[in-house]
Amino acid sequence: MPVYRSVVCPFCGCLCDDLEITVEDNRIVKVRNGCAISTSKFLHHHENRVENPLIDGKPVALEEAVKEAAEILKSARRPLIYGLSSTECGAIAKAIELAELIGGVVDNTASVCHGPTILALQTLGESKCTLGTVRNRADLIIYWGCNPLEAHIRHLTRYSAMARGLYTSGGRKDRYVVAVDVRETRMKRVADLFLKVNPGGDYELLSALRAVVRGYGLDVDEVSGVPRDVILELAERMKKSRFGAIFFGLGLTQSEGRHMNIEAAIGLVADLNHHTKFVLIPMRGHYNVAGANTVTTWQTGYPYAVDFSRGYPRYNPGEYTAVDLLARGEADAALIIASDPAAHLPYKAARRLAEIPTIVLDPKRSMTSMISRVVIPTAAAGIEAEGTAYRMDGIPIRLKKLMEPPEGVLPDAEVLSLIIEEVMR
Amino acid sequence: MNLIIKGGYVYDPINKVNGEKMDIYIKDGKIVEELPEHKAKVIDASGMVVMPGGVDLHSHIAGSKINLGRLLRPEDHRKDPVPRTRVTRAGVGYSCPSTYIAGYRYAQMGYTTVMEPAMPPLGARHVHEELNDTPIVDKSAYPLFGNNYFVLKYVREGDLEMLKAFIAWLMRATRGYAIKIVNPGGVESWKWGKNVDGLDDTVEGFDVTPRQIITSLARANEELGLPHTIHLHCNNLGVPGNYQTTLETMRAVEDVKPKEGRENTLHIVHCQFNALAGDSWATLRSGAPEIAKYVNSHRHVTLDLGQVIFTDTTTMTGDGPWQFRLYNLTGNKWVNSDVEMEAGAGVVPYTFRKKNPVNAIQWAIGLELALLIYDPWRVYMTTDHPNGGPFTFYPKVIAWLMSRKARTDTMLEIHRAAMRKTTLADIYREYDFYEIAITTRAAPAKVLGLGEKGHLGPGADGDVAIYDINPTEWRPSMYREVEKAFSRAKYTIKGGEIVVVDGEVVSTPLGKTYWVDVEIPEDLEGELMKDLEEGFRNYYTISLSNYPVEDAYLPVQRRVEVVGWR
Ligand code: SF4
Ligand SMILES: [Zn+2]
Repeated sequence: MPVYRSVVCPFCGCLCDDLEITVEDNRIVKVRNGCAISTSKFLHHHENRVENPLIDGKPVALEEAVKEAAEILKSARRPLIYGLSSTECGAIAKAIELAELIGGVVDNTASVCHGPTILALQTLGESKCTLGTVRNRADLIIYWGCNPLEAHIRHLTRYSAMARGLYTSGGRKDRYVVAVDVRETRMKRVADLFLKVNPGGDYELLSALRAVVRGYGLDVDEVSGVPRDVILELAERMKKSRFGAIFFGLGLTQSEGRHMNIEAAIGLVADLNHHTKFVLIPMRGHYNVAGANTVTTWQTGYPYAVDFSRGYPRYNPGEYTAVDLLARGEADAALIIASDPAAHLPYKAARRLAEIPTIVLDPKRSMTSMISRVVIPTAAAGIEAEGTAYRMDGIPIRLKKLMEPPEGVLPDAEVLSLIIEEVMR
Repeated sequence: MNLIIKGGYVYDPINKVNGEKMDIYIKDGKIVEELPEHKAKVIDASGMVVMPGGVDLHSHIAGSKINLGRLLRPEDHRKDPVPRTRVTRAGVGYSCPSTYIAGYRYAQMGYTTVMEPAMPPLGARHVHEELNDTPIVDKSAYPLFGNNYFVLKYVREGDLEMLKAFIAWLMRATRGYAIKIVNPGGVESWKWGKNVDGLDDTVEGFDVTPRQIITSLARANEELGLPHTIHLHCNNLGVPGNYQTTLETMRAVEDVKPKEGRENTLHIVHCQFNALAGDSWATLRSGAPEIAKYVNSHRHVTLDLGQVIFTDTTTMTGDGPWQFRLYNLTGNKWVNSDVEMEAGAGVVPYTFRKKNPVNAIQWAIGLELALLIYDPWRVYMTTDHPNGGPFTFYPKVIAWLMSRKARTDTMLEIHRAAMRKTTLADIYREYDFYEIAITTRAAPAKVLGLGEKGHLGPGADGDVAIYDINPTEWRPSMYREVEKAFSRAKYTIKGGEIVVVDGEVVSTPLGKTYWVDVEIPEDLEGELMKDLEEGFRNYYTISLSNYPVEDAYLPVQRRVEVVGWR
């Protein structure tokens, strides 16, 4: 009964790499060190699989499905390739190659989560570090608009608030922990200080903190629901820390202000670096969304929303982003890889997906697979196939293969290679 | 395919061939003595320059740093979109080219070997993934050592054997080629927002000095007998007056005994940025003459230029505190990225302007270094791509080196500080084709210890560049012709395959990745693993067993075996 050690978990951007997984009869029977999400996903891995390649819901041979997919993509005028954040980098590279070949648009799920973070970065830059630097050094940690207790369960113990490291041997008691959110979350119990900010008030609060750090006074009693004294004290604490880190999530990127919020945070952190060391780190959700951005960037220069219709890459979020391309009724065919946009995109975009010929590559059944013309089952990266994934902080880690995929089922990258061959034929 | 390159003027300095008309034969990817004509494709190179393929020992083309630059700069890409062709992939160019485009453009200039000089070990897979998407050229990457926790620990403990064992281990774990050191100690201090200000400052949190780090690593490097020397980005980069730090650094390793068979023990990278005299930006002047004087009388130092180009570019180094300084000087966008236990990096866009006195002086310093150091075997042409400017400007640098008129014409357009604060205008030396072949291929290949590169003798790799310029008719006043010829090779041949014709890429084989493998004595390795296990468990965020780069990341590899312990 094989037991795999130091397994990398492909279920969130933390990419914890210390799992122990027991496989029996090609089935995962035991998971050690995983969080609740991870354990449940590993143990239920065999459920809900797509069993066969399908065209219009009818089982077909793989070759037939590949042929149909190639036909759809070849005859489309504005094909969209989307998803990619829950597969390995080899598949991402192939998807870009295919997009280039058919003159299509390739986008990944960053466009609906940390797209604003990237836009802000492209305007101002960023000060960041790997998670181990926080583990080893941070004596002040702020979680802003994110709730790792629910979304990145082991983040706190492995990388941040609770972790013990080189200069933080006391772990939690060596740090001051702040959480900022629009509603009280369980982070309140973890934090030394919880700030409830008015909905839509993040930008203002960040700007107030920045003003104070820059030495200006505050002549109001409160900003966005946070009392003046608290702001003054927090600003002072930030300046006096030895190493400060702000983690932020969709609460900041997807609330009113979006990339403006992130710009305010970047500015605050840049200013703090005149006093001490400070970093800002996005909490990326899907386990390889960072990889999707990384590979797309080295191959095309741009992280997402890349259009090849003119033969060279062009980048314009809001125009070439999947949601917009679909909602405008512009995309006339779609290839979805390891993602479920029919379930997650806004109604108008999802509806368009059902109208046009859609192809989906996924190990599992999903809303998207129900509305797709062509469904091709693939091996799950990190369980049934190897490959690279990039952790939320950009560290590349090799995913392991723990078991064989179902008979005849290939990894995403191989299916994409077959489609490319067919398109070139 | 077998090839005969017929009738060209051949410049092969390693074999002392200086512009002689001769034929070059390539069989199965290697240069051979001779071949019967009916068994080969013949390339007519008459009236043209034939050189070994170019070798760049320092160019940031792959990994997290350049990719942050790409991510940061859509406005840079929009200046230079590159469409797909029948044989090549699409992408973008200019200062942060996408990987495919970087490979093509090097080949188009006749370059066939390029080294990525700053690989954060934790990001090694990323570097190799990008190198695998960089077609045509052979390559390698240098892991960063100068601020690594284990290096600092063994230096502090004075344990040279453990330091050597760690170097050997990390080279294998990252599939690296040479020891890169960036602002030794300074990058570690930067993790607390601080820096070091010279060789004898103490590194925050460690009881060691930059001097100790440099000399220990140099000693370990030579005792192990690695193919290249330490590859050092000095302390105080970009600080007026820093030429003194650079001189002190060179002196610091004077008594390090070089590996058998060579005299050099230290390579100083992009020396231009470390050759500033004066005590402020206002009093800035060139420190190149002092550096050249030292280098001319000491055999243990080699350096590359880091030549400045007047254009918009993107600076990126493993030197976090310097990039923060540059951000404060310019107010441009700023990326900082610290890597646990090992390294850091920063990225800041920058425009070198003709009318800016500092930039004009920097431009002149690079050329002064190339021209005042007599021995072209020890000074290599680079722009520290993309720090001083994109590598695609190399032909311009070649023109400046070969033609005083080219330099004068530029000097007349730029700030007068170049005339007043440097000696460039007084220098009449002009490189000839032979010296260009030395500084752009023969010498870098030699200093890297790449025996099969940089020359056209039997056994060498079949990497050849053919430039459409007749050296017997060329005069320095015709510098635009030389610039044009070196921009678009008539032919580039890589491993015996024709990859460029008339400046256009015609095929895109995947080059090999060099890495250095040193076997560690068993007892030493056992002791090292104990330290590593403890360090990884307590301070890293990935498991020791998931750290080393797998073979899957090196589809075409060339392992260079080194016997480190006898
Ligand atoms: S925190 Fe994320 S990566 Fe870690 S075990 Fe849980 S789901 Fe997996
Ligand atoms: Zn460099």
